[in-house]
Amino acid sequence: MIKVTTKTKNILVPLISIIAGFLVGALIMLAWSYNPIEAYSSMFSSALGNMNGIGETIREATPLILIATGFAVATKAGFFNIGLPGQAQAGWLTSIWIVLAFSNWPSYLLLPFAIIAGALAGAIVAGIAGYLRAQFGANEVITTIMLNYIVLYVCQYLMQQVMPTALRINTDTTKTISANGSLKIGWLSAMFGNSRINGGIFLAIIGLVIYWYLMKKTTTGFEIKAVGLNSFASRYAGMSAKKNIIVSMLLSGAFAGLGGVVQGLGTYQNYFTQTSSVDIGWDGLSVSLLGGGTAWGILLAAILFSILKIGGLGMQTIAGIPYEIVSIVIAAIIFFIAINYVIGLLFKTKNNRSKYYIPTRKEKAPNNSVDGPSEKIIEGSTN
Amino acid sequence: MNFVTILALIVSSTLVYSAPLILTSLGGVYSENSGIVNIGLEGIMTIGAFAAIVFNLTFASTFGSATPWLGALVGGVAGLIFSLLHAVATINFHADHVISGTVLNIMAPPLGVFLVKAIYDKGQTENITANFGYFSFPGLSSIPVIGPIFFKNTSAPAWIAIILAILMWWILYKTRFGLRLRSCGENSQAADTMGINVYGMRYAGVLISGFMGGLGGAVFAQAISGNFSVTTIVGQGFMALAAVIFGKWSPIGAMLSSLFFGFAQSLSIIGHQVPGISQIPSVYMQIAPYVITIIVLVLFLGKSVAPAADGVNYIKSK
Amino acid sequence: MIQKTKTVIEMRHIVKAFGDFKANDDINLTLHQGEILALLGENGAGKSTLMRILSGLLEPTSGEIWVKGKKVEINNPTEAKNLGIGMVHQHFMLMDSFTVLENIILGHETTRGMILDLKKAREQVLALSRKYGLAIDPDAKVADITVAQQQRVEILKVLYRGADILIFDEPTAVLTPKEITEFIQIIKSLAHEGKSIILITHKLEEIKAVADQVTVIRRGHDVGAFDVAQVSDDRLAELMVGRHVNMKLAKPEVQLGKKILSVKDLEVKSQQGSLAVKKLSLTIRGGEILGLAGIDGNGQDELVEALTGLRHVESGQFLINGQDLTNHKVREITQAGVAHIPADRQKYGLILSLSLADNMVLQTYYQQPFSKHGIINHPAIFAHAKKLIQKFDIRTTGAELPTSDLSGGNQQKVIIARELDRNSDLIIAFQPTRGLDVGAIEYIHRQLLKQRAAGKAILLVSYELEEIMQLSDRIAVLHDGQISGEVKPTETNDKELGLLMTGIKKEEVIND
Repeated sequence: MIKVTTKTKNILVPLISIIAGFLVGALIMLAWSYNPIEAYSSMFSSALGNMNGIGETIREATPLILIATGFAVATKAGFFNIGLPGQAQAGWLTSIWIVLAFSNWPSYLLLPFAIIAGALAGAIVAGIAGYLRAQFGANEVITTIMLNYIVLYVCQYLMQQVMPTALRINTDTTKTISANGSLKIGWLSAMFGNSRINGGIFLAIIGLVIYWYLMKKTTTGFEIKAVGLNSFASRYAGMSAKKNIIVSMLLSGAFAGLGGVVQGLGTYQNYFTQTSSVDIGWDGLSVSLLGGGTAWGILLAAILFSILKIGGLGMQTIAGIPYEIVSIVIAAIIFFIAINYVIGLLFKTKNNRSKYYIPTRKEKAPNNSVDGPSEKIIEGSTN
Repeated sequence: MNFVTILALIVSSTLVYSAPLILTSLGGVYSENSGIVNIGLEGIMTIGAFAAIVFNLTFASTFGSATPWLGALVGGVAGLIFSLLHAVATINFHADHVISGTVLNIMAPPLGVFLVKAIYDKGQTENITANFGYFSFPGLSSIPVIGPIFFKNTSAPAWIAIILAILMWWILYKTRFGLRLRSCGENSQAADTMGINVYGMRYAGVLISGFMGGLGGAVFAQAISGNFSVTTIVGQGFMALAAVIFGKWSPIGAMLSSLFFGFAQSLSIIGHQVPGISQIPSVYMQIAPYVITIIVLVLFLGKSVAPAADGVNYIKSK
Repeated sequence: MIQKTKTVIEMRHIVKAFGDFKANDDINLTLHQGEILALLGENGAGKSTLMRILSGLLEPTSGEIWVKGKKVEINNPTEAKNLGIGMVHQHFMLMDSFTVLENIILGHETTRGMILDLKKAREQVLALSRKYGLAIDPDAKVADITVAQQQRVEILKVLYRGADILIFDEPTAVLTPKEITEFIQIIKSLAHEGKSIILITHKLEEIKAVADQVTVIRRGHDVGAFDVAQVSDDRLAELMVGRHVNMKLAKPEVQLGKKILSVKDLEVKSQQGSLAVKKLSLTIRGGEILGLAGIDGNGQDELVEALTGLRHVESGQFLINGQDLTNHKVREITQAGVAHIPADRQKYGLILSLSLADNMVLQTYYQQPFSKHGIINHPAIFAHAKKLIQKFDIRTTGAELPTSDLSGGNQQKVIIARELDRNSDLIIAFQPTRGLDVGAIEYIHRQLLKQRAAGKAILLVSYELEEIMQLSDRIAVLHDGQISGEVKPTETNDKELGLLMTGIKKEEVIND
């Protein structure tokens, strides 16, 4: 056992999880006679070895940061928002539609309008689940799953039946948006080897800072945290569970909607019909779990995730190794992070107990007072 | 088209689409009653579908018409092995159940496709030749009216799934194993003091969900999709999870919810053949199952209460 | 009469360490057949740990256990069961959603093959129930029966497993005086049947009433074993606490102030939808402690929740300082001057994973100086926490630590500090000393008396008669959602209160 400080441990444990995840990928590659060293070196060189790769990596990370932040806000309030794909999709289609429909507006009006509308669209979709939970206690796992499908088919319908033909190429694809509604920034793309990196990254960073500030410094964040950790005590303390459920779901959906916006106005410059839930929704969820729900964690996780995704494409072309190995590595890393308790056993944190230290609780001694076993609060009354 | 034909069409297609959901949600019920939340049903189904298709393609010439049935078992075993990951993580290593389950979901599709590429050198498999097809119960199918609707040209896996649901309800509520399993999901500490092997019971719960989920995926692949690709299982596992919650964590409830979901899904698929329904714009038919689920949830079920210790890790102090 | 000479259990030099902390440090214990042995010690002294070792739930770090003359290792509850050892836990180990019968047979099922034979099990359980006078309804859901009935289920569970050595962990903590009398009869008859009994308790009068021998432990150490007939109450108390205790706190006369709380014809429904509080009226003035005595489940929860805004009031009203606050929001009631020390401190009182500092501002975080325009001022919150940590002597290494790191007593101090610091006119204290040791109890009682001296109105709801008798100026007894009588502590006794608690009205008591 290695003696380290708590701070070092907090860095070492995720680091070991990441290395372990790469090792799992290496083992699978070895088992099918691929060369893992060649694979990983081609992966990193194509993701980080040139400016275009770096630009694409950042571009890939942009929506993931926003969507992961959205998932984290809901999680803090105690909700499992599995509806991120639908919320992102709503944001994507809304922003593209607005930019196409008002393409003669000046950029300084059109862009904010499209961005805000996209965020709102995501917020409305998530808000439905939040409202149903707050008002009727309807399980948000079910409602958000169902909303994913509803959004998916409604978007299909809107594309095929409602959108004016002037705005689309065919029933599956819209026209490409004009420059005044795009998040593309010429000098930025040029700087990064003409990659698809775009202004969305600034939006993502701002979003992350807002999230950090919200949770750390505001009473709204304090309430969301409190309700998520113990809804009974929050009610006792005079906080409104209903209000916080709805507020956190609206925020969560808005962030996810923004993820869709940057995907549309930044990456693709159009919208095309989706046949299943949009992948950035699930990827964002993974990034949030990987990052442990903290602002820094999300940023680093999104970058790692994107290196793997972008590098994976290069690996497939250069080394001829199936791209899927990347997702396996990502899943393995999250797995090792989930079992961090075991990895943490490798280290002994330095003892800094005072004379007042009373170990009965931390060490899981039997609970012989009437407090009862420490219990996870599953659901609070919201009447 | 007469009334009986229409009804028979609806019933048989409902059964076809319900079978994978019933099987998978039954697994979910067992896992959650033992105290382990299993959000990884989607991933387990994917692995089951993959294993069944590979088996089917390889052995169809050997086993003939028995192939899909054996393929289903192979899918079940593959799902069981895959669910070990979830069991070890949550039971021994104190992992958060939702995160661990999500790992299964994001691990399974790339793993399946990677192996498909490694084996067949392409992104998706061929279509299988030996699929479940339709089955007519000898004798029962000749009953007037009822026979053609329920027992003629119907889905055999669905009827097996329905019988399994009843059997698994009986096991959960009438046997020693069931009582002990439920006690671990209700109050794991108390179960431990009663001399019940909480870890063992929870392993049983998760592995049963692995087997049933694998079975569900295998049935889906061999009765509906016919091949394996990254899009074979998209959302079926989540629908099964919804059926677990919708069915209030009971095998019979999960079965009925699955039948309902299957009915709604099949309506949107065969709707154009049904007079009266065919005039409704397709988007309404497509979103109907999901909208109805939400409405039923809100109006009739309200707050659903999981087993008391569901999702709570039990850490034995020694 | 069975000879109490045959040794059934001997625990020798038992040590149990959790990390650096020794919960048991060289403890010896001897139990003879047919004997009732009391295990005396404060909360946290290590009694439960010792008994969990004996029942196979914990492994001792060192030491030997001998059962019926043989050295044994008890690795799990099944092995304990096979040795005839059964434990009735303080927190009942029951499945709320299961029936009584299912709970009794769980882990020791009567089966045909793998199938439960509920018919046969029911006969066996009913036979036991008749033999020991433990009446139960086998088909009732455990969630729906009273605490005393749940305890009977626990005892039957142990007997059903064929135990002849029974361990009871604080069995009377949840019972009424009448139920305690019944319980004492039950364990006496069990001992008479040849069962050997260990009774974990911190109540001296119970030991005197029922036990033959007493083993005292203090802070994990063995203080000695005594013959109950040979040792005085005072001596036992001293052995248990390690110093002379004076539980009689000074209660000076206080000038009664104005009416602070007045409740008129209040009606409140329970979670199940039936009326739990029925046309209840009471008043409390400044400088007065009103003790609300009663058996758990007679409307205490609903009354307190209604008065603090957590539960809807069906009819009637309550005024605080003359202001009608019926069905107002929790926050409005808090602001109007109500402090609430909740019964379940971990579920309602604290957010365990939040820091001590955050918990200290759970109701006031949105006010200045803790925040301004929705922006939190962390330095102010920490300064506030530091002040309270000092003022209320909370033992912690820092205000930034999660409250889950604190001991039960210190957690309660956090709540007391937060609630009393707000300087509210009405203090609702619900089981404020539940599960705490003597030192902490004394401290909390002093704090409440200090508030009384400062002219606050205090509603003390407690299931501990001793606490009610000690602190109250007036005692109201709650039965079935109504006040069945009001008495002065100086003019009443346990017997009268016990009768009132079972619903016999004051007049009937007097006429009796």
